[in-house]
Amino acid sequence: MAMLNFEKKYRVKGGTLLGGDLFDFWIGPFYVGFFGVLTIFFALMGTALIFYGASLGPTWNPWLISINPPRIEQGLALAPMAEGGLWQIITICASIAFISWALREVEICNKLGMGYHVPIAFGFAILAYLTLVFFRPLLMGAWGHGFPYGIFTHLNWVSYVGYSYGNFHYNPAHMIAITFFFTTTLALALHGALILSAVNPVAGHKVRTPDHENTFFRDTIGYSIGTLGIHRLGLILALNAGFWSAVCIVISGTYWQESWITWWEQLITPPENFYVAAEYFASK
Amino acid sequence: MPEYQNIFTRVQIRGGEPEAGVPVDEKVWTRDGTPWYAYWMGKLGDAQVGPMYIGGLGFAAFLFGIVAIIIMGLNMMAQVNWNPYDFVVRLPWLSLNPPKPEYGLQIIPPLAEGGWWLIAGFFLTASILLFWARTYVNARRLNMGTHVAWAFASAIWLYLVLGFIRPIAMGSWSEAVPFGFLAHLEWTNYFSIYYGNLFYNPFHALSIVFLYGSALLFAMHGATILAVSRYGGDREIEQITDRGTASERAGLFWRWTMGFNASMESIHRWAWWFAVLCTLTGGIGILLTGTVVQDWSAWAATHGFFADDTHYVPEN
Repeated sequence: MAMLNFEKKYRVKGGTLLGGDLFDFWIGPFYVGFFGVLTIFFALMGTALIFYGASLGPTWNPWLISINPPRIEQGLALAPMAEGGLWQIITICASIAFISWALREVEICNKLGMGYHVPIAFGFAILAYLTLVFFRPLLMGAWGHGFPYGIFTHLNWVSYVGYSYGNFHYNPAHMIAITFFFTTTLALALHGALILSAVNPVAGHKVRTPDHENTFFRDTIGYSIGTLGIHRLGLILALNAGFWSAVCIVISGTYWQESWITWWEQLITPPENFYVAAEYFASK
Repeated sequence: MPEYQNIFTRVQIRGGEPEAGVPVDEKVWTRDGTPWYAYWMGKLGDAQVGPMYIGGLGFAAFLFGIVAIIIMGLNMMAQVNWNPYDFVVRLPWLSLNPPKPEYGLQIIPPLAEGGWWLIAGFFLTASILLFWARTYVNARRLNMGTHVAWAFASAIWLYLVLGFIRPIAMGSWSEAVPFGFLAHLEWTNYFSIYYGNLFYNPFHALSIVFLYGSALLFAMHGATILAVSRYGGDREIEQITDRGTASERAGLFWRWTMGFNASMESIHRWAWWFAVLCTLTGGIGILLTGTVVQDWSAWAATHGFFADDTHYVPEN
């Protein structure tokens, strides 16, 4: 049922960071643990508060429900519940739930005798989230600089903040982050495709070997990073994507407060005949 | 965390014959280049560089690509009055721009007013398509599946939509993207503004989901495999055909964490589809913009998901 046929021998006691044997058990396929209890408590509380916030708000349209941070004028104060207080509590719930989830992963790693790569990687995502809702608002002096929790309202926020700095594509850290995102996706496509092409060969042929994988890439681009290396590369690329995303937002409004276009203009004077897409689209 | 986490290679093997690659029927072209070892690349993955199979397709792809880059470079040089210093320093601002709107789909408008853009685009596209054929042929030479080629085709789809298919649908080459670092970002920005904020384009949203999802998947997959590399988890083909303890632990990690796990083979199907759908949905989103939908915000408002909330704008 809940257990795979080879699973029983892996379900061992121990490896916990906190709580000893108290929560050292499974429910269905899920491992519980002290941090599992913490995660489920704060995740449920945060979700319930989102529903409560939605009930106070103007809409039940799932695309538009939004839990907004306090207004910027409120600074770093605690806000009344309906005016950003919920956002503050939900942010705390989310942060505790995320960090507990990472620590629960550490405990699972211990049980399975695995390295800690997954919880460390998840740590980068948590760092990026905290940069958006905690570190940058703190540096800017108002919780109102956090993003609203809503499907299309958070996109609206990204749009608004982006244009507050002219053209966010000109933010050099944003350029690096996007380059890492695109490169990660490229590398993922190549890795996934290479494995699938090796284990799904031309009909009538045996499954291909790592020699074939290496040969395909050496033939095509002159280099094959190898079966272990591709996973190191993928992890490094993906973590950099998250890390530079955090950098690109934390420097906006703190280190650089005007348009990112002027950052480039003060660095290198543009030629007079620079392509101005604004003019093209304005003249359409 | 005292134990070693296998984040770089500690011992690199040298000496002996470098890998020549799986033998194939060689005709006119053979594998070229004497393999050499790159120490710092060996820290992360294989140290061996080369040999490479250039082949007729590779040779043609290289030639066409070089021509495209030379045309772009010379046009950019002309923008700085052929001053090499200015060319290097101002390179981020330089661009080769598509034809002006008055030329429509004309072939070929005056060279300085977009003709060069069309010619460079032709050579670049030819180079890319030839390279695509290489990925197909090189896989078939080894009797492998052609999954790399079809993933590459998805990226080419987005490229062709931006520079070829959508401009034709709009009736003007001027709709295409300029070749240039800051220029293409400038274009992206105003394209989004002109069509009422691309964030409200559902296919753009899907494309971003698959982009972020790909980063998430590769972080999860890369980390999982490294974490079980002490059990030989990086030998994925072996683990797919004959499940070992590395696969079992990797699967159970996710099962215990989130109640679900992929298999050693299926994670690569997830990976392939996420990456492929990123450019596939992105291309659809771009193609619909300006042809079917003029204003994505208005479109979102019609369909009841436009968020006009601006609580984060300071009142004073």
